[in-house]
Amino acid sequence: MTKKQKKVLIRIIISVLLMIVLNFIPVYGYVRFILYMIPYLIIGYDILRKAFKGIIKGQVFDENFLMAVATIGAIIIGEYTEGTAVMLFYQIGELFQSYAVGKSRRNISELMDIRPDYANIMQDDKLVKVDPDEVEPGSIIIVQPGEKCPIDGIVIEGSSSLNTSALTGESIPRDVSTGDEIISGCINMTGVLQVKTTKEFGESTVSKILDLVENATSKKSRSENFISRFARYYTPVVCYLALALAFVPPVINIFAGNAPLFSGWIYRALTFLVISCPCALVISIPLSFFAGIGGASREGVLVKGSSYLEALAKAGYVVFDKTGTVTEATFRVTEIYSSGMGEEELLRYAAYAESHSSHPISKSIKEAYGRDIDLSFINDIQEISGQGVIATLSDDTQICAGNYKLMKRQNIVCDETDKTGTVIYIAKNDVYAGYILISDVVKKGAKEAIRKLKKEGIKKTVMLTGDRDLVAENICAELGIDEVHAELLPDQKVSLLEKIIENKTGNGKVVYVGDGINDAPVLKRADIGIAMGALGSDAAIEAADVVLMDDDPLKIAKAIRIAKKCIRIVYENIYFAIGIKFICLILGAMGIANMWLAIFADVGVMVIAVLNAIRALFVKKL
Amino acid sequence: MKKTYKIEVDCANCANKMELAAKNTKGVKDASVNFMMLKMNVEFEEDADIKAVMKEVLKNCKKVEDDCEIYL
Repeated sequence: MTKKQKKVLIRIIISVLLMIVLNFIPVYGYVRFILYMIPYLIIGYDILRKAFKGIIKGQVFDENFLMAVATIGAIIIGEYTEGTAVMLFYQIGELFQSYAVGKSRRNISELMDIRPDYANIMQDDKLVKVDPDEVEPGSIIIVQPGEKCPIDGIVIEGSSSLNTSALTGESIPRDVSTGDEIISGCINMTGVLQVKTTKEFGESTVSKILDLVENATSKKSRSENFISRFARYYTPVVCYLALALAFVPPVINIFAGNAPLFSGWIYRALTFLVISCPCALVISIPLSFFAGIGGASREGVLVKGSSYLEALAKAGYVVFDKTGTVTEATFRVTEIYSSGMGEEELLRYAAYAESHSSHPISKSIKEAYGRDIDLSFINDIQEISGQGVIATLSDDTQICAGNYKLMKRQNIVCDETDKTGTVIYIAKNDVYAGYILISDVVKKGAKEAIRKLKKEGIKKTVMLTGDRDLVAENICAELGIDEVHAELLPDQKVSLLEKIIENKTGNGKVVYVGDGINDAPVLKRADIGIAMGALGSDAAIEAADVVLMDDDPLKIAKAIRIAKKCIRIVYENIYFAIGIKFICLILGAMGIANMWLAIFADVGVMVIAVLNAIRALFVKKL
Repeated sequence: MKKTYKIEVDCANCANKMELAAKNTKGVKDASVNFMMLKMNVEFEEDADIKAVMKEVLKNCKKVEDDCEIYL
């Protein structure tokens, strides 16, 4: 609790005690009035002061004014207990609200506690802690075990495992060693690392993420705008209604020749004022969005504004990019066919033949082989551009590894396969030995992800890719994606997406999911652009509305579920708060509701709405 | 030109009022108050004197909500 809150709490306790004592003292008349004024002023002096200042400054209609008028009115008509109680409960409600908001504010900042406080640099052979802001790109920083990496860079010495869970929600540590990129915000777990920084602190991943999350709620959603507009008109309207309620019926009574019953109608009008306070709505809606965005970022889903959360909850169509989104960005050996020798041996020959190349295809073969390559075993490697390589090994074995054209060039007899992907044919001493198939690997969880999207009510899934028709169709069939457009250039992707937006039925929003590499225009054009695996990719963070920190496709459905939960809570609060208030207002006007019910309608509704709003933070199990 | 300021305010409705007051200040192109982060983002008109404008913003905010603070 802050000092301010503690002070209010003490005032509340003193007034409650005084009220209880006064309840047992049988005093009447002026003495009673003066005695009751003690707890009333203790609890309400700041409200009265604020209301008074507001009137002077021409800002009449606010909560302070409502409360001041209602309680003073109650005291004037002799309802001392109720007048003081209303003020008391109003303060309890305000205290609870400020406590709850402060608490969730802290909760969320703790969740996002990835801001590094310092960077270690070497100065005169000593380790010195400096402000990360002062470190120039290209400097060398030391990251010790247990510390957060403060700035993006490249590891130049040491190896370690990194905990990226604060960034990605992924709990499996990531291994890095010399030459690997390292992203700020990761926690170094095991070894000391020397990192050469590549960016300034302000441009580093961690700063970008913090900036994004902290400014997220400034892009306000329609519900938030609705509520602030609602509150602007609502309070004055209620005040005038109360005024009418206090005086119109008695005046009519006078004209009709009946008793005017002033105090009864004024009591009703005051009840009306207490009920009308808009706090519950005004606080709970932004709080829900804030909690929703905070909870989502903990799961590695960064939402750039509450308006996107609102749009995401209405997602009806999901359009995917292929590579890096539903398939791994790297290729992998998926099949080895050997016509004579063992598969292991074929792979070994292929790996040796490709040993000098750094092409992704060669890399994937070497990776599949998985053992060290003894370069002294190779005598000569001849590269034939666009076809492959011919390697001569130290035992005079000649290995040809390449596409079908290479086989034809060498007059090697072999069958061309129609497998999808890249086929590397291998021949040993001009005799066909078999082939290695390298293809896209569908991401683990991609199929499950599509299934879950369907379960979330997504009407249609579409894949747009620059890859060949056959490859794309096979993948879509495997994953259960409804529609596929292949062999597209980047600008064709945009026009196809526009067509999808044009032809959609109903009010479902169109989501585009890409890995952010060369699809920034498409990400921007979609109702909601989701960038995946965006760690370290500035362009993607810039262009997308929602950023998935890791590249797990399951997170797409999760993001939609988080959005739906948050929006559901927002609507619950809107309907609940307005509904209860409306009912109580009618009951109050008819004279059925008394001041106590009015207090519930004000403070009780607010407490319930705030508690409900905080629920949006809990999204782990969604 | 955009700047972010830390603010202090107690209730969400007051934050909304501050936002409106800041928006209507001369020299301010757009403003938004983030009650949850207790931050105010102000976008200034070109060639506006930021210090003078912010003084004016603070004054206008104090007018609508006495109990608020902007850390300039």
